[in-house]
Amino acid sequence: MAGGVKIRVENVSKIFGADPAAALARVWDGMGKTELLEATGHVLGLHEINLDIREGETFVIMGLSGSGKSTLIRHFNRLIEPTAGRILVDGENVLGLGPAALRAFRRHKASMVFQRFALLPHKTVLENVIYGLIIDGAPRQEARDRGMRQIELVGLAGFEGRYPGQLSGGMQQRVGLARALATDAEILLMDEAFSALDPLIRHDMQMQLRDIQSRLHKTIVFITHDLDEALLLGNHIAILKDGRLRQVGTGAGILMAPADDYVARFVRDVNRARTVTCGALAEPGPVFPSPQAASGASGWVIISDGSGGHGLMRAGGGVRNGEAQLEDAVTIEASANVEEAFGALARRDRPLVVMADGRPSGLLAWQSVLRALQRDGGRHPAPERDA
Amino acid sequence: MASGFPELWDTRGFSRGLDAAFNGLVATWGETLEALFMPVLRLLGLMEKGLQALPWWLVALALAALAWHAARNWRTVAVVLALTLALGLIGVWDAAMATIALMLMATALSILAGIPIGVLMSRVDRLRVAALPVLDIMQTMPIFVYLIPFVMLFGPGKIPALLATIVFAIPPVIRLTDLGIRQVDPEIVEASRAFGASPGQQLWTVQVPLALPAIMAGVNQTTMMALSMVVIASMIGAGGLGYQVLQGIQRLEVSRGLLAGLGIVFLAIIFDRIAQSYGRRMQKSLKLES
Repeated sequence: MAGGVKIRVENVSKIFGADPAAALARVWDGMGKTELLEATGHVLGLHEINLDIREGETFVIMGLSGSGKSTLIRHFNRLIEPTAGRILVDGENVLGLGPAALRAFRRHKASMVFQRFALLPHKTVLENVIYGLIIDGAPRQEARDRGMRQIELVGLAGFEGRYPGQLSGGMQQRVGLARALATDAEILLMDEAFSALDPLIRHDMQMQLRDIQSRLHKTIVFITHDLDEALLLGNHIAILKDGRLRQVGTGAGILMAPADDYVARFVRDVNRARTVTCGALAEPGPVFPSPQAASGASGWVIISDGSGGHGLMRAGGGVRNGEAQLEDAVTIEASANVEEAFGALARRDRPLVVMADGRPSGLLAWQSVLRALQRDGGRHPAPERDA
Repeated sequence: MASGFPELWDTRGFSRGLDAAFNGLVATWGETLEALFMPVLRLLGLMEKGLQALPWWLVALALAALAWHAARNWRTVAVVLALTLALGLIGVWDAAMATIALMLMATALSILAGIPIGVLMSRVDRLRVAALPVLDIMQTMPIFVYLIPFVMLFGPGKIPALLATIVFAIPPVIRLTDLGIRQVDPEIVEASRAFGASPGQQLWTVQVPLALPAIMAGVNQTTMMALSMVVIASMIGAGGLGYQVLQGIQRLEVSRGLLAGLGIVFLAIIFDRIAQSYGRRMQKSLKLES
């Protein structure tokens, strides 16, 4: 799914105010956001941001209001200019683009979806969707055809002649999404795209985005203040606070090992059972082709003959009268969330066999599930596993 | 005089200097300017003659059609039609046509110059800072003051009347164009920027369309101010209804003044109804759609 680096953010800092360069020097000397504002009247937007966003992934930038996340996403298409640093897209420095090249970049390479939709109220749904194409000088008929395809893709067929004001919030944001998809840009910048929607609609939109992404494989940069949304959508998540990056990693990685107290407090109330997958918790399994091969192992082992049949065995204790005593393995998919494993774990005092791509890949024991569900999660080193 | 304000500097000298400078200006540029405005004068004359030559029912029908186009509502059309016919009934038809010609010309030129100035003001903050007090002065200075230099430059006639009317009537359309564009939702402008719109494309696809209700309100005000100026402009030879009022004063004929005055009121109502209906419909469609 994820390819090479698509967007690289290098040492990007942004200061708002009359003399950003001088203010930046003071930040380098260790001044914080509040002190800077008091001393100089400058606002620290971003400080020393470094990110690698891979091709085809959904990268979520998360933070509370004032964290700088909306400022950061506007750097990718230069709606905001950084005070220092570089932004490379496909290895090319976006900051080096002249006005015409920058317009071409915005028309073909990166399109954007906005929190409050930002649709043109005086244009119909179709005209909104093809706005980017018309701006680019595409022939009207061709633009219409492409626009209609996008409108169908987001499920708004039949509404193309309506005006945005006649649609509900969810439908308006679908128009926003279709408008961004219509230009065929490889990069989709989504600034709190679903935050203004009510919860049910938001969930529908999240699912629709996942569905679209599984087909189109765009590089999506998604901004949100909602951790659940970040965990649901993001292949990687970056947590931003006061313009500084606090942690970058996978959802499970951040949940299980928060980098600092701030992140830990942030992830405290997440329903881990619904967000952590079985695959993330599984002990990479001891898999052996036959009971005999497992003789040197300890604890529970998986015996798999490689042709789809597999069983569970307690190493050392499973051989009686020269016969291997294989138990039936209860399996669960690696992508399933932990909550789905509760029932099976409660029924038997045996670990579950976690399946990835149709093969057993590891074991999930109830001990590791309980440890993961603990409020302070993996912040303390995990105790030695009992054999 | 005991209460006299101390004479700190020689105002008479200043006044003399200013007058001399302006006289010099008139002497050197007067003829050139007059030649420059000749086409405008011809066009204005043509419009006036044309309106007066048209059959009355055609003019009435045209205004009624305009009202229908603006309001889509029979009551407005009826009011406009009735008032237009009333202009003929009270015997001021020809004068009213001359006034309409002058007013339309002044409004058209005000819009032509005012909207670009307003757009420029909305983009250049410094220009706005400089222009706002000038616009205030233009609107509060007694109108008669404008007449003096224009008459000196062009002599009494329609051109100075037209120019003085424009100076008086142009501020609303400038102000409201600037305001309308500044009030366009910045997020929508940002979206158009994010999709690669050039500054010109941003202006024409987003800012001007969304500012249209405000711009139309400005056009409406400009029209009304141009109409209110015609009486005064008639003092320097603009003709039309204002001239009838002036004659009423000079000959002490109450009837003449009253009928011409009523004619101006009718014209004001006619054009106000039409312009307001346009503005209201635009506002409504944008509200529905936003």
